[in-house]
Amino acid sequence: MSVAIKVDNLSKKFNDFTAVNNLSFTVNKGDVYGFLGQNGAGKSTTIRMLLTLIKPTQGDITIFEKNITTHRKQILQQIGAVIEKPDLYKYLSAYDNLSIFAKMSGIKPTKQLLMNQLQMVGLADRAKDKVEAFSQGMKQRLGIAVALVHNPDLIILDEPTNGLDPQGITDIRNLILSLSKDSGKTVVVSSHLLSEIELVANRMIIIHKGKKIVEGSVAELLDPSKALIQLQTTDDIFALQQLQQTKWMPFVQPNQPKLQLVMPKNEVPQLVADLVNKNVQLLSISPMHALENYFLSLTNNTAHVEPAAN
Amino acid sequence: MWNLLQIELFKISKRPRTYIAFIAIAAIVFIFQFAFKADGQSYMDLMLQSVKDDFTFERTKAINGYFMCYIILNTLLIQVPILVALVAADSISGEANMGTLRLMLTKPISRTQIIIVKFIAATIFTLLLLVWMAITALFLSMLIFGVDDMLIFRSKGDESQILQITKDDIMWRYFAAFGYATVALTVIAALALLLSIFAQNSIGPIIATVCIVIVCTIISNINVPIIDKNVKPYLFTSYLVGWKGFFYIGTTEDGEPIKGSIENWTAIRNSLLILIGHIVGLVSLSIFIFKRKDILS
Repeated sequence: MSVAIKVDNLSKKFNDFTAVNNLSFTVNKGDVYGFLGQNGAGKSTTIRMLLTLIKPTQGDITIFEKNITTHRKQILQQIGAVIEKPDLYKYLSAYDNLSIFAKMSGIKPTKQLLMNQLQMVGLADRAKDKVEAFSQGMKQRLGIAVALVHNPDLIILDEPTNGLDPQGITDIRNLILSLSKDSGKTVVVSSHLLSEIELVANRMIIIHKGKKIVEGSVAELLDPSKALIQLQTTDDIFALQQLQQTKWMPFVQPNQPKLQLVMPKNEVPQLVADLVNKNVQLLSISPMHALENYFLSLTNNTAHVEPAAN
Repeated sequence: MWNLLQIELFKISKRPRTYIAFIAIAAIVFIFQFAFKADGQSYMDLMLQSVKDDFTFERTKAINGYFMCYIILNTLLIQVPILVALVAADSISGEANMGTLRLMLTKPISRTQIIIVKFIAATIFTLLLLVWMAITALFLSMLIFGVDDMLIFRSKGDESQILQITKDDIMWRYFAAFGYATVALTVIAALALLLSIFAQNSIGPIIATVCIVIVCTIISNINVPIIDKNVKPYLFTSYLVGWKGFFYIGTTEDGEPIKGSIENWTAIRNSLLILIGHIVGLVSLSIFIFKRKDILS
């Protein structure tokens, strides 16, 4: 499968504060890729780096096999984005806003195209109304129309359901699914709600304090029979070398500061036995958190779940 | 670029605050015209009271359209920078405040293009303000007060001078003066644009621009040799009123005005070059800073 986004060792520091820390992930073409993390986890900073709004302190971003730094204009032509609130020109009408941003995207929009786009998001009858009179939900829908008006291949939606009523949330969710299934678009959608991501994404990443916790297919990661475990050993490099010779290697999460595995719960005892047999000196093993519980523990502000010595 | 400029001008034209400047100028000009129509002669008597009896000029003709425009420009061009700042200081900060800056920057437009387009749009706005000023202060005054030779009252060192310019030698000077004023006010627009990069709303840069102009104007008016020599030449405010130079007519050794001449063309040219240098410097600095700025709004 070809790659839409490849992020390598991305970091961003604001003075002494590290917002994103050595983050790596890959989004395949056609994915609905969930970007999950609590507020302040670094999701928006990462998305802003993908969109060249923020310059990375280090790391590389490749989108559609082109480096974002050297091919910015070409890449942005293929991206539509809604970043946090869909802020638009309040003193202009919905139609004028859409027309302006379509032109900025490099297309010459016809009246028909613009009206079709407004129709798609249910705002055709409010085309001439000024945006200042719009509700948050209407602004959000117009923001999505703006993101899609130039028919981009990659759509980035940062917290797209924020401030929406239940019907609005459902509409956005259906739109994301339709963009992926019917139009073959790649969609990156960020949220602090696991339930949101679960309903739309096929692959996902969880980040916490700017670091990747886990990445993989949603079905696999949210499988209740699987657990995320973290190992603490006297020598992690040696432990990893030993794991490479076992059937457990595919479960190891890459690019993590500590040894982490997402694996069937019932096979954990066997893993421990194998490591002991290979002379890996285990100091601790994390509690058997299911991913959902783990994420909830983060969002419930129980801070980082350090592996408890059971 | 043309496409972007059209968008920018469209946005400016749709903002109510854009028209505040035009309304303010019209209001001030009309007040001047009304006051001088009602009691302009008292003003003229006051100005001419120190003139020798042998000065031959029909005082009733002294208040004419050309003279009115000069008086209005003398007052108004000091205040217009505030009106220019209202729009120019909103260029980037206004977009940041609305949140549209981040959306704009996710489009395939370079940051350099954005600054250049914003600057050109602010310059066009400044130009339109001056065209409006020309319409109201010059052409309307010509209609109301008629045209005749123009008297210029000038302080030169400790002396006061009255210069007389014949009516067929005036109009080109106004065109040149408005052209100069456009360049001078464009410096204000460039300064306001630079300051707007640092702010998340337009109030800060508007106030900062006005404060800088006021402080620099005060310094420009301090007549102390050390400041005259070491500070004033580098302040753009020292050149804001350089448009008056077009009305300082050259004279013969006998003191007779020479039609079509300017007393010190070199000073005007140098002033223009310094102002253009300021514009280039401020816009370049804006591009340099904006290209490196993280958009967090």
